[in-house]
Amino acid sequence: MERMHDIAGPQDAPGGAPAPLPVPGPPLWLLAEVTYRCPLHCAFCYNPVDFARHDRELSTADWLRVLREARALGAVQCGFSGGEPLVRDDLEELVAEAHRLGYYTNLLTSGVGLSAERAARLKAAGLDHVQLSFQDSTREMNDFLSHTKTFDLKQRVARLIKAEGWPMVMNVVLHRLNIDYVDRIIEMGVELGAEYLELANSQYYSWALENRDKLLPSLAQLQRAEQVVADYRARLGDRIKLLFVVPDYYEQRPKKCVNGWGQVLLAVTPDGIALPCHTARMLPGIAFPDVREHSIAHIWRESDAFNRFRGTAWMKEPCRSCPEREQDLGGCRCQAYQLTGDAAAADPVCAKSPDRPIVDAAIDAAQRAAASGAAEQPLLFRDPKNSLARSAGSGVSPPASRGPAPRAARARAP
Amino acid sequence: MSATAQAPGAGDDAYAGVPRIGRGFRLQWEEAQGAWVLLYPEGMVKLNGSAGEILKRCDGVRSGPQIVADLEQAFGVAGLAADVRGFLAIALRNRWIEVQGIPPE
Repeated sequence: MERMHDIAGPQDAPGGAPAPLPVPGPPLWLLAEVTYRCPLHCAFCYNPVDFARHDRELSTADWLRVLREARALGAVQCGFSGGEPLVRDDLEELVAEAHRLGYYTNLLTSGVGLSAERAARLKAAGLDHVQLSFQDSTREMNDFLSHTKTFDLKQRVARLIKAEGWPMVMNVVLHRLNIDYVDRIIEMGVELGAEYLELANSQYYSWALENRDKLLPSLAQLQRAEQVVADYRARLGDRIKLLFVVPDYYEQRPKKCVNGWGQVLLAVTPDGIALPCHTARMLPGIAFPDVREHSIAHIWRESDAFNRFRGTAWMKEPCRSCPEREQDLGGCRCQAYQLTGDAAAADPVCAKSPDRPIVDAAIDAAQRAAASGAAEQPLLFRDPKNSLARSAGSGVSPPASRGPAPRAARARAP
Repeated sequence: MSATAQAPGAGDDAYAGVPRIGRGFRLQWEEAQGAWVLLYPEGMVKLNGSAGEILKRCDGVRSGPQIVADLEQAFGVAGLAADVRGFLAIALRNRWIEVQGIPPE
């Protein structure tokens, strides 16, 4: 699934001298990744590349306890994601309990499996919001561009969403293969009656990193798309709210990833691992806690994993002395690890990072691949077979960084 | 966010009508935050005290002047109309409230 929006954190880490550890506020966002199973095979999926090895899913009772404990800590938003959450037949039961507990409940779905009956049951269970995603990269995009079966599916699901009175929120992941059609994507959103359309460029983690040479757009593509979006914003006004998210690689400063490690987001994977960010389970040397073994309160407040990168005390240079360190908290730990081999390094998308050349080299490599036709090699699709093949014989998810990343290569050497 | 009055006059329509919480939004008290919050798809606005007091009266029954009268009585103060009017304009613009017959600005 695509990543959710960040929620604004009510408390920023205090400025001045690095405190030992800021006392965390509530985990406002509970992301329940209820399954890695998915009918789609998106080449930009952020699920771990070795997802197929983690196929022991939490029981309904486990999830109900997670929902209760996180709500007791003050979680207010609950996102049901995956994989495709609709493949779990206890989804209605989980939504009903989340609603009863006082969460605002969000379903992040491709729409595959959302029948009128199921939509009505989810509505009755108290589901507040459905985010309908366009996924599956080229195949679905081709379907869409030719207005065939995918469009029919989305149109059917969009009608269901409207009929149940849910806000119509759509998400399309952009990449080199579809970004030039952003005008047609917006037209589609308008036609489907979307109130919000998130045009989020893929970020390069997990499967997207595997496919980076084929997916990373050029600067020119990105600038054209931004202009198109700006033109539509001016033309459409309030009819539809267009959000455009740029790939980190083209930024000069890193994002304040998940609004700070252990500040707002608590993600729970299908097999019960609690994470401070969607992709953190890739990080080596951190024992991410299992919700079957620890309470959510312990996990959130006490666990080493959730305290590891809280605040600023863990930082190295150039972050440690950087005047902007509180603004972005050093960026994304997973991006730092994937590209440099060191999870405590500055996010290398930052222009102040000594590792920024790794990002520039990745951009160059993707453009060379596009120019040489190498990008026409098939994408590596996210499916169980590819997952098992990519993770065979290894105890941990291997960092998938390829191309010129010499420090990463050194860091990974046995 | 702030509930101080802005752009006097901009909230006239919302004020004269009968506002209620916008579709897709939910207002609730959060004990852990000690505040009223507005929840919406994948997001939250933490409200200050006066914003919470105004919004919890946007129930689809009371009009702007009735909300003012109710607040003035509840808090034993007078002269809240301008603040309420200004806040309702902001709320309408952000789709936190809707008023029958008035599209969001």
